[in-house]
Amino acid sequence: MKLRLPKITIWRAIFAAIVLSGLYATYLRVFYGLGGSTNLSDKFPWGIWVAFDVICGVGLAAGAFTLVVIVHIFAIDSYKPVLRPAILTAFLGYLLVVVGLMYDLGRPYRLWHPLVMWNPHSVMFEVAWCVTLYSTVLFLEFLPVVFEKFGLHKPLAWIHRISVPLMILGVLLSTLHQSSLGSLFLIVPEKMYPLWYSPILPLLFYVSAIAVGLAMTIFESWHSSRTFGRALELPLLASMARVLAVVLSAYLWIRFLDLTHRHVWDLLLRNRIETWLFALEIALMLVPAVLLFQAPIRRSPGKLYACAVMVVFGFIANRLNVGTTGLEAGSGTHYVPKWSEVAVTLSIVACGFAAFRMIAGYFPIFEAHSHEDGRRESEKTEEDSVSVG
Amino acid sequence: MPRAILYDSTICIGCKACESGCAERWGLPYNDRVAGEEYLSAHKLTAIQTHGDRFSRRLCMNCVQPACASACPVGAFQKTSLGPVVYDGSKCIGCRYCMQACPFQVPTYEWSKRLPLVRKCDMCYARQSAGKLTACAEVCPTGATKNGDRDELIAEARQRIAGKPDQYYNRIYGIKKEVGGTSVLFLSAVPFEQIGLRTNVPQEPLPETTWRVLELLPDVVSTGSVLLGGIWWITNRRAEVARKEGKRQ
Repeated sequence: MKLRLPKITIWRAIFAAIVLSGLYATYLRVFYGLGGSTNLSDKFPWGIWVAFDVICGVGLAAGAFTLVVIVHIFAIDSYKPVLRPAILTAFLGYLLVVVGLMYDLGRPYRLWHPLVMWNPHSVMFEVAWCVTLYSTVLFLEFLPVVFEKFGLHKPLAWIHRISVPLMILGVLLSTLHQSSLGSLFLIVPEKMYPLWYSPILPLLFYVSAIAVGLAMTIFESWHSSRTFGRALELPLLASMARVLAVVLSAYLWIRFLDLTHRHVWDLLLRNRIETWLFALEIALMLVPAVLLFQAPIRRSPGKLYACAVMVVFGFIANRLNVGTTGLEAGSGTHYVPKWSEVAVTLSIVACGFAAFRMIAGYFPIFEAHSHEDGRRESEKTEEDSVSVG
Repeated sequence: MPRAILYDSTICIGCKACESGCAERWGLPYNDRVAGEEYLSAHKLTAIQTHGDRFSRRLCMNCVQPACASACPVGAFQKTSLGPVVYDGSKCIGCRYCMQACPFQVPTYEWSKRLPLVRKCDMCYARQSAGKLTACAEVCPTGATKNGDRDELIAEARQRIAGKPDQYYNRIYGIKKEVGGTSVLFLSAVPFEQIGLRTNVPQEPLPETTWRVLELLPDVVSTGSVLLGGIWWITNRRAEVARKEGKRQ
């Protein structure tokens, strides 16, 4: 590999600015505590470090388990090319969730406590265990890529032997904790705005996680095809988009039934911030659901990408609504994240993009294309070298 | 027998002796500035509130089935058989789920510390275990805050209402209808929301809301693993058969 001085590009400048502000925010967090680095309060104990870094982070990494089911359980081989990127996304995603937790926990060095101090009645306890175990599973699911890279055939054969129970375990763990992130909020029935509080929050979280997992896979395929200059697996992504449209429709239908049965539609007549944010969240799910049912849109890379981005933002809007907006009225206070909260969150996202780019450039993630495009990739000086998903 | 605190808003004169007694018990600073704060915080675990010409008291309700104890991932909160809900700071990881879960917004956090802990009233568990009264009840000059056996306090509260029905709002806050009951009971001259108590809390104990889902976990795992394993076996078998038939031809 040739050593080059990094060129200053707009994306690199943005990346540097984000990381620098994140480092300063980290300094504030370490030396001035949560009080000096966040706008949290006794009445509003959870902010975007929980709602975005942890809850969205875990959800956005849901592509791996969905694709494992499709590729290995249902044995639909055509989806194979996107499986590895999804596993890598998920593994990085969970690592970054842990990084986010280190910021948010009051005593991060006690992160391991739930593993020895048990409370099986706690949803948080279940989430802690599932996330720990599933991160391990993801690591093992990613290991074959490393073994392949270094030609380690013996461990490769060994890990293939345990791969089926491993995959089933991973899917079960994902099912449990993706839904449990919704169950976390079941305990605040009177605090959460009724547009969001529902006894079926775990089901809603689970189904929307599957949707966003597929959307994220399309999103990162599109980005990596641009960065690594490889061909987009368009027929595959189009077929995935059709599955996505079905999952989104199912989600919206469950949502509709839920709101109807709880008789809360009339809340939408009130001119409140909750109404508008609810509308935004639903629109960002409904529009792509409708669009992706149309074949011409699925076959157009740009439109397909736009739909995936909408789903991702719709998902984020939903989690932020449940985790922050929906709890404001009930807790009798207002919460706007402090700049340092935003800086840390953006830094984590930026580092995720950068790490994915580095690992995908080094390891055989895109198996189908890595050989023919290998040479082109090493010469590439794309300007969005950092903003790669 | 479980213990409790009965706070009678109609007798309280707002002298805040309970506040200073509590601060002393916890070794927290107490001065005019702190006395002026009418809300709970990490340095003030009970607060007297003024609602017009009436007073009310805020402190941990020490719920019969506490949401904080069910929410805490490391079991730092325990409901003792004596009544108090105690907190073991040496376990706490600082996830603040207890604060989110508490329907009364009682647990507070040491936001300004580098290594913070949760703070809340524990109904003087240590004192009560030793047969003493809670610090607040001991110093209360009028008997507005009374500490004793929960059943006896409920009986006494009923008697007070029956004795002077025109002076009391005809209900006791905390027996059963507030998240399944609390170990701090309230009497008032006016409906409870007028002295700042929460009347919109669910009747059922909050741990039920999450346990309903958590208890399905074995079902999800057993059904899920059989289902996934079964589907895998069928698809894999089909591929195997196809491979063998392909070889033979």
